[in-house]
Amino acid sequence: MKNENLYNYILGIADNSLILGQRLGELCGHGPSLETDIACTNISLDLFGQVRSYFQYAAKIAGDQRTEDDIAMLRKEREYKNVLLVEQPNTDFAYTLGRQFLFDVYHLSFLSELQKSTDLTLSAIANKCIKEVSYHERFSSDWVKRLGDGTDESKSKMQSAINDLWTYTDELFHQTEADKAMVEIGVGVDVTMLKDTYYKNVSDLLLESTLEVPDSKYFQKGGKEGIHTEHLGYLLSDLQYMQRTYPNMEW
Amino acid sequence: MTITEQNIDHRLFDILEKVSDPEIPVLSIMDMGVVRSALIVNDIVKIEITPTYSGCPAMDVIGDDIKSALKDVGYISEVDLILHPAWTTDWITPRGRKALEDYGIAAPLDAQADKDVLLNDKRIVKCTNCGSQNTRLVSQFGSTACKAQFQCDECQEPFDYFKCLK
Repeated sequence: MKNENLYNYILGIADNSLILGQRLGELCGHGPSLETDIACTNISLDLFGQVRSYFQYAAKIAGDQRTEDDIAMLRKEREYKNVLLVEQPNTDFAYTLGRQFLFDVYHLSFLSELQKSTDLTLSAIANKCIKEVSYHERFSSDWVKRLGDGTDESKSKMQSAINDLWTYTDELFHQTEADKAMVEIGVGVDVTMLKDTYYKNVSDLLLESTLEVPDSKYFQKGGKEGIHTEHLGYLLSDLQYMQRTYPNMEW
Repeated sequence: MTITEQNIDHRLFDILEKVSDPEIPVLSIMDMGVVRSALIVNDIVKIEITPTYSGCPAMDVIGDDIKSALKDVGYISEVDLILHPAWTTDWITPRGRKALEDYGIAAPLDAQADKDVLLNDKRIVKCTNCGSQNTRLVSQFGSTACKAQFQCDECQEPFDYFKCLK
């Protein structure tokens, strides 16, 4: 493939939305209340819509028989480039919203930079997505505040979710080879530049929510290179079930 | 690259006017502002539509509905989905806003007021049933991605509010 770095770069962005969208979709019919159930699945739908734009573009770059569906459904676990954070399970509502919050703050600043990409398709997608993601970020921040500054029970659950998920935050700012190559030509976002603002914004909101900012310096990474936690395999077996069982099925 | 004007061939206007958003049947796609261009090139109608939200499942249906409406009057057409410039609620026409309100969906406020009602519990969205502004946010996400759920504290009517997208 001529443009392999660009292809991999697009997948790196899109896989985060795909896997997080699938996680949120698991809550369809299982959310803690009707309103939050609908909110989580609406966010999921936004993310899947964004993924389609990215994968359609990636399929065009690949320039072979591959379609957006092949890219979404037919890769193996090691070929997914999402960060570890988004594949973590919906342990409870605090985890679900904690994961969402930690990703949304990053996602918003990432898209804001991607709008300046010299690649016009990517900048157009970013310009479209950022409007939706700003609603996601409002929703998840609001819930972190509500649970953090809520009852003793909700506070302790929110704090433990943040403590556990914290270890996956640093990876957001890790650069792959494709990232570096794309940053160099003005197409990609230099994520290392987003790190300080990210931790400041996240910490401010945690403090406002009367939560503690974890001081752990131990971080996990690997997702961007295809080395995932055990959770991704199970998620993919759900996501890919129909295509694997009935190859090329359509409806 | 910031062209926000629509480019519609006048011969196609009335045909497209009759196609509606499948999730909000009272609203024509023209009043919704999703049709960005419609031109006749070598006897083929070329249409560009833009999604309201990325994941909006209505877009595929709208594309098919446009094709079949044009086919009924003898046109062959191609429908392309474009992302730039991104759709904004500002493109909903005054007639479209009225249609929304009549249907029971409060029309979008401007960006600042939208923030006030969704984040700061400000009571300014007008109830579509009784017109009172004594309304409160029930959920930031409603029956579709583009709407939030509200309830009126005067007449108790629950209703949707079309979120501002800018």
